[in-house]
Amino acid sequence: MKLTKTLLASTALTVAAGMTLADGHMASEMTIVSWGGAYSNSQQQAYHNPYAEKTGVEIINDESSAEAVAKLRAMNEAGNVTWDVVDVVAADAIRLCDEGLAMEIDPDEHLAPAPDGTSAADDFGDLLVSDCFIPQIVYSTTFGYRTDMVGDTPPTSVCAVFDTEAYPGKRSLEKRPINNMEWALICDGVPKDEVYDVLETAEGQQQALDKLATIKDDVIWWSAGADTPQLLADGEVVMGSTYNGRLFSVIEEQKQPVAMLWDAQVFDLDGWIIPTGLSDERKARALDYIYFATDTQRLADQAKYISYGPARASSAPLVGQHADLGIDMAPHMPTDPNNAKNTFLYNYEFWADYRDDIDAKFQAWLAQ
Amino acid sequence: MAADGTTLKSSLNRALRRQKLRALALIAPLLIFVLVTFIAPIADMLFRSVENQIVSETLPRTTAMLKDWDGDSGEIPSPETFEALYKDMFVAKERKLHTRLGSRLNYELTGVSSLFRKSGRKIEDMGEVYQDQFEDLDKFWKDSENWNALMGSADWLAAQNAWDPRSEAIQPAFEPNEQIAGILPETSATFQTFADFVQNEDEKNLAKQDPWALVYSALYNDLSAGADVSGYNGPGSAALKAAMAAVGDFETVDYPASFQEIDKDWHDIDVWQTIQTYSPDFTSGYFLNAVDMKKSPDGAEMRPENEQLYIKLFIRTLFMSLVITGSCILLGYPVGWILANLPARTANLLMILVLLPFWTSLLVRTSAWKVMLQQQGVINDTLVWLGVVADDSRLALINNQTGTIIAMTHILLPFMILPLYSVMKTIPPSYLRAAKSLGATNWTAFWRVYFPQSVPGIGAGSILVFILSIGYYITPELVGGTTGTFISNRIAYHISSSLNWGLAAALGAILLAVVLGLYWAYDRIVGIDNVKLGG
Repeated sequence: MKLTKTLLASTALTVAAGMTLADGHMASEMTIVSWGGAYSNSQQQAYHNPYAEKTGVEIINDESSAEAVAKLRAMNEAGNVTWDVVDVVAADAIRLCDEGLAMEIDPDEHLAPAPDGTSAADDFGDLLVSDCFIPQIVYSTTFGYRTDMVGDTPPTSVCAVFDTEAYPGKRSLEKRPINNMEWALICDGVPKDEVYDVLETAEGQQQALDKLATIKDDVIWWSAGADTPQLLADGEVVMGSTYNGRLFSVIEEQKQPVAMLWDAQVFDLDGWIIPTGLSDERKARALDYIYFATDTQRLADQAKYISYGPARASSAPLVGQHADLGIDMAPHMPTDPNNAKNTFLYNYEFWADYRDDIDAKFQAWLAQ
Repeated sequence: MAADGTTLKSSLNRALRRQKLRALALIAPLLIFVLVTFIAPIADMLFRSVENQIVSETLPRTTAMLKDWDGDSGEIPSPETFEALYKDMFVAKERKLHTRLGSRLNYELTGVSSLFRKSGRKIEDMGEVYQDQFEDLDKFWKDSENWNALMGSADWLAAQNAWDPRSEAIQPAFEPNEQIAGILPETSATFQTFADFVQNEDEKNLAKQDPWALVYSALYNDLSAGADVSGYNGPGSAALKAAMAAVGDFETVDYPASFQEIDKDWHDIDVWQTIQTYSPDFTSGYFLNAVDMKKSPDGAEMRPENEQLYIKLFIRTLFMSLVITGSCILLGYPVGWILANLPARTANLLMILVLLPFWTSLLVRTSAWKVMLQQQGVINDTLVWLGVVADDSRLALINNQTGTIIAMTHILLPFMILPLYSVMKTIPPSYLRAAKSLGATNWTAFWRVYFPQSVPGIGAGSILVFILSIGYYITPELVGGTTGTFISNRIAYHISSSLNWGLAAALGAILLAVVLGLYWAYDRIVGIDNVKLGG
């Protein structure tokens, strides 16, 4: 008798829980795809945990963002999309949108306005680079250097990378043309605002490769974001490019003798897309999550855990201190005025067009 | 003759056939499993290396018009081709396919991607010239209900009106009005496309959807071509007749000029030649690309030197796989010999050491090599400490070919040792003793008696190691730098990063063909019967 009662009671409880979970025909479970590591952790703390607490939804994490475009295309062809919300860089979002693999999201309809009433579209402003993409953070690709290996004159300009006489030793660069070609041209005397005009021409591309050739023997080419931090920590390289959040972790969390070289940092965006082909319940759930996770406070919260700048203008004043280290995060943001004295904006349109062509040349040059 | 009157031969055949069928039925589950999960996906993937329907499916009218266009004349295609492009682009934009085609063609010609994206954004404005004029002429043309009444058959119209959008019932599929289809063929066909799209792809209520601007330009075309509307008395006949009288004075669209306004590249011969070259349903373009050639209007030609990559990578992959196989033989042979000649207890213990790497993650083993080989790593530190190399000239053992060869030799060594061991185990030690007792030196006994008997093991190990290393991906990626990467790294790049799956499939197909070719050559020279994996 007692057993029956317990069973009945627990069934009733489960049903009740199930009903609250169903929450206006939304799926009670969602798969969120991101990059893993410290970055996923910051999302877990700032977005997933509060959202799960609020709605009771079960969030499954998948760390496949690096292959998101290929996997989404394969899922789409197989007619079985298992992801609900995907974190990708802006360039990938543009491609997913082009391929019809990501859903168009109207920011004013689906996103929260800023606390002062500014519409979401205005709050994000120019950062809405694709119809399918809701930016989350501004990150930058920039250089870090070993303070104990540069002598008495620490580098102040990105061109130190190309100066092997003043700064001997290896440097690490990403194994792809993007960013490297731009830095090479800037250090070869091309004015910043003409870089992409020069890079459009075959001669300009050759000029960039020739400049890179001057340090080719001194470069270790990386393909994973964790490579440069490891190479810096081991003293394998004197300086190297990577994402600014990775360098923050080497400098502030691991206390390695490394410093930031913010000069000519390249801004890029990372954010959310929702795949096409979701059922109505899952789509409603995904949109509800995006609404929650991209509001002003949530974006500012993420900066407590990682040094990436929130994509909303209205979030910037709310950025506080690091959750564990207790240091002010604002000076570590790529967007901080002290760091952003000389920045470079990644040109999405240009790379969408020239990526295949320049990459072929770049890889052929690397293999020589 | 058997008892039942059939010949002995046929009844024997029947019995044998039954036996064969039974045997086949036994292996059928495995066969089907392999077919479905292995052969079919590979075939499907490889098929992408020649597949190219996307161009003619997205731009059907344009590619048809381009068939007769001669790019060498130096003239851009006719205004009719531009009009066809407008129609194709409009439909493609609605179905969100134009950007997909843009990225496809961008593999061949830089800039097409943004050209298509940009054109898709502005294509709608281009057709509104006619839509505005029709709507200014008569409010009749503004209303989707009027359009449905004009273009649809009476039966369909009745069914559509009776249909309740909130019900579960399926929206009645649009049927054209036969009479209108005869008078206004282009309009009717265009409206049909529109109706199909709304009902099937967009899944919206046709009664509530205003026709595309494309339908208005089709109507203009029909009317200005002198459609005979006099005999038509159905719904909207008055508006149609009024429009017929008015179209003569309509402002027209200059399609070539409008496209030029969107982007001057539409007047670039290269863009059109690329579309023309890639309009067939199947293309050799990916394969040409995979051997550093390219398709041009005048046939295949080599790529410029600064873009040649793949042949070099194929050769490097083969060469390094050979080196790795060779070093595996050198290192594995003595180990196999020791294992085969030690007492069983010790041999088993040592065997565990050989197998140990198998139980460790590949990634961990490769990363461990990073720690060992880098310039501030264990090996270099030891050498500096011993005074073998100077501190400022540490050896570069990683991020180059050396790194790949060292790490992959280590990883693939068990695949060499195991077949060697199992073959050597079967060579009776008495043969060596017999040779020596007949006066052979140690070396002669080994070289003339023992070694020939161990060759099948070397053959098996070599094939295993060589074929595995030819397709290796993760180790070269992590420790290979720029000079130690394989063709598989490029294949992976095209699969996951550039999304040029056609090229990846072509590279994969060539790699597969090379491996099969080498296997065939091996069989002819050494003989596959001489390969033994054991006893």
